[in-house]
Amino acid sequence: MPSLGADMEAGTLLLWKVQPGDRVKRGDIIAEVATDKGDIEIEVFEDGVVEQILVEPGSKVPVGTPLAVIRSDGEQVSVPAESAGPAAPQRALSEMGPPTELQPPPRPAADRRPRISPAARKLASDLGVDIDTVRGTGPGAAVQRADVERAAETKGALREVSERATDRTGMRRAIAAAMARSNREIPHYYLATSIDLSATLSWLETENEKRSIRERLLPAVLMVKAVAKALGAVPELNGYWSEDRHQPQESIHIGFAVSLREGGLIAPAIHHADRKSLDELMEAMRGLIERTRAGRLRSSEMTDATITVTNLGDLGVEAVYGVINPPQLALVGFGKITDRPWAENGAVGVRPVVTATLAADHRATDGRQGAQFLEALKRHLQEPASL
Amino acid sequence: MEVTYREAMREAIREALQKDDRVFLMGEDVGRYGGCFAVSKGLLEEFGPERIRDTPLSEAAFVGAGIGAALGGMRPIVEIMTVNFSLLALDQIVNNAATYLHMSGGQFHVPLVIRMATGGGKQLAAQHSHSLEGWYAHIPGIKIVTPATIEDARGMLATALADPDPVLIFENSTLYNRKGQLAPEAGAVDIERARVHRAGRDVSLLTYGASLFKSLDAAAALAEEGIEAEVIDLRTLRPLDDETFIGSVTRTHRAVIVDEGWRSGSISAEISARLMEKAFYELDGPVERICSAEVPMPYASHLEQAALPNVERIVSTVRNVVRTHG
Repeated sequence: MPSLGADMEAGTLLLWKVQPGDRVKRGDIIAEVATDKGDIEIEVFEDGVVEQILVEPGSKVPVGTPLAVIRSDGEQVSVPAESAGPAAPQRALSEMGPPTELQPPPRPAADRRPRISPAARKLASDLGVDIDTVRGTGPGAAVQRADVERAAETKGALREVSERATDRTGMRRAIAAAMARSNREIPHYYLATSIDLSATLSWLETENEKRSIRERLLPAVLMVKAVAKALGAVPELNGYWSEDRHQPQESIHIGFAVSLREGGLIAPAIHHADRKSLDELMEAMRGLIERTRAGRLRSSEMTDATITVTNLGDLGVEAVYGVINPPQLALVGFGKITDRPWAENGAVGVRPVVTATLAADHRATDGRQGAQFLEALKRHLQEPASL
Repeated sequence: MEVTYREAMREAIREALQKDDRVFLMGEDVGRYGGCFAVSKGLLEEFGPERIRDTPLSEAAFVGAGIGAALGGMRPIVEIMTVNFSLLALDQIVNNAATYLHMSGGQFHVPLVIRMATGGGKQLAAQHSHSLEGWYAHIPGIKIVTPATIEDARGMLATALADPDPVLIFENSTLYNRKGQLAPEAGAVDIERARVHRAGRDVSLLTYGASLFKSLDAAAALAEEGIEAEVIDLRTLRPLDDETFIGSVTRTHRAVIVDEGWRSGSISAEISARLMEKAFYELDGPVERICSAEVPMPYASHLEQAALPNVERIVSTVRNVVRTHG
């Protein structure tokens, strides 16, 4: 059971798309798993043959539980069912020559610490190299800096665009420069509003019942679309402050902040978010998140955003007071959707409420326009059918 | 001009005596005999028996007298023949010189300088050849300096005398005859910083005293194999200049320490521990140490040479560290 988020502890296996004897290759979708955040497809990372299914559909198991045994090509049949962690390659004795220094080390089992020098470990972390994939050439097959450098070069050759996307040091530096510039140059003003989402969420529930797991919509999609529509009402917030002047843009490209598991974040652009249907947006966001985390963004996605949306609700945050990503003019933040006491028509009820915030550049707009934007955002978000 | 280490040290003492009336030299055979390593030859004739004082063979007594003179406003240079004999004065050094400032609530500094010969290699056997400077570096309240170069032999004494607190100068006895160039204007040098003698990217050789020259010879041999060793003379063992050697290891990611002391509980052990504490994530392999064999120093020349760090051992250790560690 893979960890599909830092806070995920367990997942429920929904269905298998393969059965014992099937041949699978890296990237194939082999199962679906339900998590607290939604249903997720499970990819396979090795080529081989499914030997045994270990977890039956409907079972909820903790993260780290083996779901199935996949025999890599060339591996001996019969890996004990109780083996924990990734199955170690087992070779027939006759295949194994006398051990030599050049023999690659067995993949470290989950319960064994990899043999790696502290400097190599640090370098691997800086370069975003997974140490389990690095072949050590030091004493006792220890992984050392040179091994990590070699692995990083190989990885670099395979990588498409964004060197920065996986180079944490470089990314941190880029974030540091942009954020320092933002706080130095942009006079931010902040506005917040609480939005009752009861109608929105019940609409979403009904909608999702009509859809397959893969097509289901997440609340974040509605938020992005509502921001795009609200920008239609207050176009002054969409665009750039550049060359010392306000340059609003017609196209609405929403930068969607994606945090990376290894730290840092990227806000790639969803192009023309206002013109996309909710389904198209959902599709675009899924792809974007996937490609962001895999480090395969297109360069236009890295640079085109005209505004940024950030959602820290899944981490339990109530409201986000963000730093604008220059040269953009604004950043919209969403917190966690929480049940709150809500007064309406002289009575108090409990409603699911989200706090939406706007951080905007006071050189380009004033609080009045910001307030109009949040008002439009609230209106659109509460009328999901028209999104 | 070309001078020996011995002449540089003598010049440093002469200059100190000329410049400051409070300075005097005392120790066994420093006067009429000219010093058992001939460092003070000629000084008795030049400065007279009041300032170049022969003492009885009683280290505790004359080191204690030095402490008293320092407390009384003088600037004594006390010479102890070898580090082994300094153990007779350990009580004076450790319990008195090192502690007075603390015990007097900051009222009394002890501006005492003690010079002594250290190290093996001259077939002086187990009572004259040990390297216990690392041991002294354990003691708070004193500074431990180990001049290896002609410049430091010439320049460290003045700085030590200017220090308000006790400074122990360890002169490796194999260095006295070593010749080198000394600028005519050479004078006081700092006793705070380690010094990079040779820059290199592959491994840091951290050393001091006579082992500096073995390490430099080893680095030259290694360079022919394409291994660039950075050679650092620690110069002062207490307080250690962490910044310089940790900075070096941060660049090279590998460290080999060459220390003429015994391995167990040595200054090399302390340096190794500091590298682990402050540069753990820079290390690409275990820190290696080349120390003296843990035996009383043998008299027989071939055994003595085998017991001491030597160029071949440094070369093979470094080669091993660089070739197998990345």
